[in-house]
Amino acid sequence: MAIFSVYVVNKAGGLIYQLDHYVPRSDTEKTFSFPLDLVLRPRDERVVVAFGQRDGIRVGHAVLAINGAEVSGRCTADGKDVLEFLSNPANYPVSIRFGRHRLSSNEKLMLASMFHSLFAIGSQLSPEVGSSGIEMLETDTFKLHCFQTLTGIKFVVLADPRQAGIDSLLRKIYEIYSDFALKNPFYSLEMPIRCELFDQNLKLALEVAEKAGSFGPGS
Amino acid sequence: MSRQAGRGTESKKMNSELFTLTYGALVTQLCKDYENDEDVNKQLDKMGYNIGVRLIEDFLARSNVGRCHDFRETADVIAKIAFKMYLGITPSITNWSPGGDEFSLILENNPLVDFVELPDNHSTLIYSNLLCGVLRGALEMVQMAVDVKFVQDTLKGDSVTEIRMKFIRRIEDNLPAGEE
Repeated sequence: MAIFSVYVVNKAGGLIYQLDHYVPRSDTEKTFSFPLDLVLRPRDERVVVAFGQRDGIRVGHAVLAINGAEVSGRCTADGKDVLEFLSNPANYPVSIRFGRHRLSSNEKLMLASMFHSLFAIGSQLSPEVGSSGIEMLETDTFKLHCFQTLTGIKFVVLADPRQAGIDSLLRKIYEIYSDFALKNPFYSLEMPIRCELFDQNLKLALEVAEKAGSFGPGS
Repeated sequence: MSRQAGRGTESKKMNSELFTLTYGALVTQLCKDYENDEDVNKQLDKMGYNIGVRLIEDFLARSNVGRCHDFRETADVIAKIAFKMYLGITPSITNWSPGGDEFSLILENNPLVDFVELPDNHSTLIYSNLLCGVLRGALEMVQMAVDVKFVQDTLKGDSVTEIRMKFIRRIEDNLPAGEE
C-alpha cells in the first residue's frame, strides 16, 4: 500500500474529509501468562508499554485490543479498566495486541488546521512574489503532497516517498470532489463530506494510482 | 451537451430539448409559486448563485485554467472556455468600458430559450436570470465580486441577448494562502 492517507481541508482550515488507506504493519498480537513481563503505564488516553521491549513490541506501543476486542482509551470493550484487568491473575492467559496508536479524529482535525496555517508560511517565506504555499513535505517514511485549488480547498495526500503520479492523483481527487461531493445537492459546501459515492470513487482512484505509479521516477 | 472526452469516462450526451424543457418547467413553476416577476427574478438569481459556487470547482477541475490576473483574461475564459464547456456556445465580448472594468457578452443564441415566447403578463420576467446568478456565484468563489445583468434579451424583442458584467472589487477576506 503506497498511498497512506488523503485529507481534504476547507477554506477555513477545517478538515472535511479524511481517509486512511494503509494497513499498519507494526501491530503485534501475543498471548501472555501471568505475570506480564512488560511494564504498562497509562499515558494520555491510552495504556502504553513503558519498558520491556521484545518480539516486535516496542516501547511506546499502545494496547490496542485484549482477547480480540478493541480497547477504547484505558478501558476494555466491556468497560473494565485495562490495568486492573491485567493485574488480575484470573484473567490469564490473555492475548493482547500492541501497536502504534492511530490518530484519533480530534487529533487529525488539529493537525489539519495546523497544516493549513503552515501552508501559508510557504508563500510568506518565499523570496519571490506570488509563490504557492507548501506543496510537498518529505520525511524518511512518507511524502506529503498538497494541492490548493483556486477556491482555497486543499487536497493533501500522504504517500510512500517512491510513489509517483501523485500530482495527477491530486487532480483526479479534485475531479472526484467536484463530481460526487459538489454535485450532490444535499452536500453543503465547507461541511464534512459524508457521501458514499465520493468514498467509493476515491478508493478506486487510489488503487489505480498505486498500481500505475510505483515504478516511475519520484514525482 | 456532452461531457468532455478528456475525463476518461464515457461521454454522456443529454438531449438539449430535455434541458430546455426542464428549465422551462422550473421557471413556470416559480411563476406560479411567486406570482410576481421581481420575486421570480430574485429566486432565479439565487438558484443560479448556488449552482455557480459548485460549478466553478467542476470547471477548474476539468479545464485546468490558472488564476486570471485581470478582468480581460476573465472575460476571455468565461466566453471561450466556460460557455463553450457548459452551453456549447461562444458569446462574443464587446463594449469594454474605458476603465476596463465592464464588458458585454453577446449571445447569438441562448440554449435556455429555444422555443420560448414570453407572454405579455410576464414582461418584466428575466427568463434566463439563472445565468446571471451562476456567473456571480462562480466568480465569487475565485475572489471576484461582480455584478451581472441582462441588458438585451431576444425574448423581449431585441436582436441579440446581451449580458453586461461589471467588476466591483476583489474579495480580500478568506484569500487562499499565496494569493495576496
